[in-house]
Amino acid sequence: MTRRKKMVERVKKLMNKPEKIRDIGIVAHIDHGKTTLTDSLLAGAGIISQELAGTQLFMDYYELEQQRGITINAANVSMVHEFEGEEYLINLIDTPGHIDFGGDVTRAMRAVDGAIVVVDAVEGVMPQTETVLRQALRENVKPVLFINKVDRLINELKVDKKEMQLRLSKIIDDVNELIKGMSKEKYEQGWKVDASDGSVAFGSALYKWAISVPSMKQSGIGFNEVYDYCQKDDVKSLAEKCPLHQILLDMVIPHLPNPLEAQKDRISVIWYGDRKSIVGEAMEKCDPNGPIALMVTDIMMDPHAGEVATGRLFSGVLRRGQELRVSGMPATSRVQQVGIFIGPDRLEVEEAPAGNIVAITGIKDVIVGSTISSIEMTPFESIKYVSEPVVTVAVEAEHTKDLPKLIEVLRQLSKEDPTLKVEIDEETGEHLISGMGELHLEIVAYRIEHDHKIPITTSPPIVVYRETVQGRAGPVEGKSPNRHNRFYITVEPLPKEVIQLIKSGAVSMRVKELERRQLLMDAGMDKEEAKNLAGIYGSNVLLDMTKGIQYLRETMELILEGFEDVMRNGPLAKEPCQGIKVKLVDVKLHEDAVHRGPAQVIPAIRHAIHASILMANPAILEPILDVYIHVPADQMGSASREIQGRRGQILDVHSEGDLVIIRGKAPVAELFGFAGDIRSATEGRALWSTEYAGFEVLPSNLQVDIIRQIRQRKGLKLEMPKPSDYVDL
Amino acid sequence: MLTFIGLGLYDEKDITLKGLEAIKDADLVFAEFYTSALAGSTLETMEQLYGKKIVVLSREDVERADQILTRAKDQNVVLLSGGDSMIATTHVDLRLRAIDQGIHTRVIHGPSICSAVCGLTGLQNYRFGKSATVTFPYKEQISEAPYDTIKANKEHNLHTLLFMDITEKYMTINQAIELLLRVERSREEGVIKGIAVGIARAGSENPMVKADYVDRLQKYDFGPSLHIMVFPGRLHFLEAEALIKLAGAPLEIRSEVL
Repeated sequence: MTRRKKMVERVKKLMNKPEKIRDIGIVAHIDHGKTTLTDSLLAGAGIISQELAGTQLFMDYYELEQQRGITINAANVSMVHEFEGEEYLINLIDTPGHIDFGGDVTRAMRAVDGAIVVVDAVEGVMPQTETVLRQALRENVKPVLFINKVDRLINELKVDKKEMQLRLSKIIDDVNELIKGMSKEKYEQGWKVDASDGSVAFGSALYKWAISVPSMKQSGIGFNEVYDYCQKDDVKSLAEKCPLHQILLDMVIPHLPNPLEAQKDRISVIWYGDRKSIVGEAMEKCDPNGPIALMVTDIMMDPHAGEVATGRLFSGVLRRGQELRVSGMPATSRVQQVGIFIGPDRLEVEEAPAGNIVAITGIKDVIVGSTISSIEMTPFESIKYVSEPVVTVAVEAEHTKDLPKLIEVLRQLSKEDPTLKVEIDEETGEHLISGMGELHLEIVAYRIEHDHKIPITTSPPIVVYRETVQGRAGPVEGKSPNRHNRFYITVEPLPKEVIQLIKSGAVSMRVKELERRQLLMDAGMDKEEAKNLAGIYGSNVLLDMTKGIQYLRETMELILEGFEDVMRNGPLAKEPCQGIKVKLVDVKLHEDAVHRGPAQVIPAIRHAIHASILMANPAILEPILDVYIHVPADQMGSASREIQGRRGQILDVHSEGDLVIIRGKAPVAELFGFAGDIRSATEGRALWSTEYAGFEVLPSNLQVDIIRQIRQRKGLKLEMPKPSDYVDL
Repeated sequence: MLTFIGLGLYDEKDITLKGLEAIKDADLVFAEFYTSALAGSTLETMEQLYGKKIVVLSREDVERADQILTRAKDQNVVLLSGGDSMIATTHVDLRLRAIDQGIHTRVIHGPSICSAVCGLTGLQNYRFGKSATVTFPYKEQISEAPYDTIKANKEHNLHTLLFMDITEKYMTINQAIELLLRVERSREEGVIKGIAVGIARAGSENPMVKADYVDRLQKYDFGPSLHIMVFPGRLHFLEAEALIKLAGAPLEIRSEVL
């Protein structure tokens, strides 16, 4: 039996013992060494050779990922680790660190119970460290800390032993500060990272060594020894004496929860169904005898097996041939294969019980975020994404004959990656894809051309704007085209606190009404308004403030449709609306249903909201990115100029050693081509990253120009729209 | 001047002589067929008989009204509709807007389904309550307005005339009953039961009129459009006799009269 085969046998045996399973993820700021760490762990577990690890970037199995040296998709792998004489199964998910792929990180967090947070010893806690930590805590995922690249402190920054200790403990303090700030409750329950209890490890993923307080006691290798080995440049001995995978997985097993412990606490956070129901109780117990409850976190296209859905099984045992249902879909479909992951290979198994990360094929109509189950159940709460698509490109097949295939591929890609939005422009017939950034869309285009072999042309990237109101207006009367129905609308800005609640997903129409009302009131919304929430679209709300109007209930669906229509296409430039509170204050309906159908109600509502927005001091918002640049001090000026020259602002500058860290922000519109420009401005010596910072009002001197530009691009008439275009005034 | 002319029930010959004369005198003839339709006629046969070119307007055209009103300011414009122009209520607003613009208006009536129903079934006009339209569900949402109307009318022993939606396609009596029964199944107020009357192709040579218990009526084939129905309240004894003789109602309805 080969070593690999033996491994598979051991994995299969352990899959049935949830107390011996750890479902974990590795999260970090970009370039802090997450993928290198994954490779070293795999090598330690015997899945890839020790020599290749660190250079092979095993989990980065997309050719493009390897070329760029970054990870794009979350990939999965299972491995076995021995701890105190017992074998454990580690199901590991690798997640991307670049901001453009934030959606993948959020999804991966849903599937795991614990996370290794990787922080670069030199750079310390970075903005995305904060983002990924926040994502983890929100999903009730427990963190441990690995401080990577410790050798760089010694060899590059040449700090002394004392300084090294100080720097390392500052990183630990910073991480704990973040945890405390994000969830005081969890922090007090002991979710802090602590070197003395062994929930922090220090080392080098590249050179495959690590130490922790427990390991120091065993091996006798502490900071002093590490310092000396590194200075002597003898990392090889270090790797032999303190192998990275050993120390890290020794940290994971006692400090991160097994599925039995984790599901008891996590189900209430990630699932809003009745916890006393059969499926609710089965999930809290991680019960293999319960009904199937699987949350899909990833979809991939396999040329042979078709769509492969990967996810976390919270209850039941998956087997081939089971008839399962996908939330929101009428028909059931049959499981064709059940599999687990060993690196990029999916390995078929007979069955997979609750508590594991599994892959299945044969299920139709499944998308990322779907709930797959054997009985009717409340779906898992939809996964929340932190960022919104901010850049759009139009794609076109070079050869018309490829068009049907392109449509199919785009549909597939948007299924695999929910942060990618695909739309067809009805006027121009163009296919528009919107994503998290320039790079994200470049990758999508690359996949279409190289994986699916469709030659395409793409337009230059276009910024996605938003429309909002800065004042209030109304009641504005909207008449139905047959003039037998009237709707009275007011609009005003939605308070920031409420927008935040909606964007974070804490308030949605799926949250129970009483709970939703309380949350809205706590955020400062008036009680009457909170009670009358009729719909949410994007970060806009529709409130029905009317009372006792006959047949309004059966007309509400149409009213919502009109509302959603406007929220998708605002009156200024047909960009999506954001942060608008729309109130329906009075309605006069024709008694007979035929005179208040869709052709009457939808346009009446649309016109009234359009006109109200135009009367409420409307404005265009543009997406902003926070920009972080690490640059040698002598290049600081050139780097700052790259931000300032782009309508940007420098928010903070501080130095660390001989490096200067600049924190600034700039509009997405001005950041196209930033990668090349900063490289040439700093002779390639700047390290930089960006972070989604939301939308801000476009400067007023640019409003009219930008509105015109968008209207022209979309083939709308160039004059500025007026309220009287929509209603009689 | 704007003249609303009702074309009557079934084909081009249902128009009144007054209506026909008005068309012949008109400078411009508009027609709309979205509120009702002449199932037994075509545009060509109408144009032939009326001796005029007809411009058919869409719902949006009529609702926007700009071309009708502009032309009616200084020309003699007629607007043709099936049945009687003001019965489906839609055109009242158009007439009012014309008046506001100083346009002289008048209505030339045509035979309406509201009177034809009495003629075909023997149900008496003064015993009808409010009417309602059974509409095609929009996104699963079935309007409960017809159900409420039948219920309220029955409480006062009044008949209910039910128009059928013609916006997507011509609704059949069978579809209408199915929709009403779906509301009944969720509300369980015992409204959709007992005798109902289905009428197809009123005004034609071979109208079909059938009275029966709702569940039996639902299985009946009424043939081509247009369809309409009545949910009667308690029957006057003469109405019961008429339904037996004119609409083949079961004999036992005699025992249920007022």
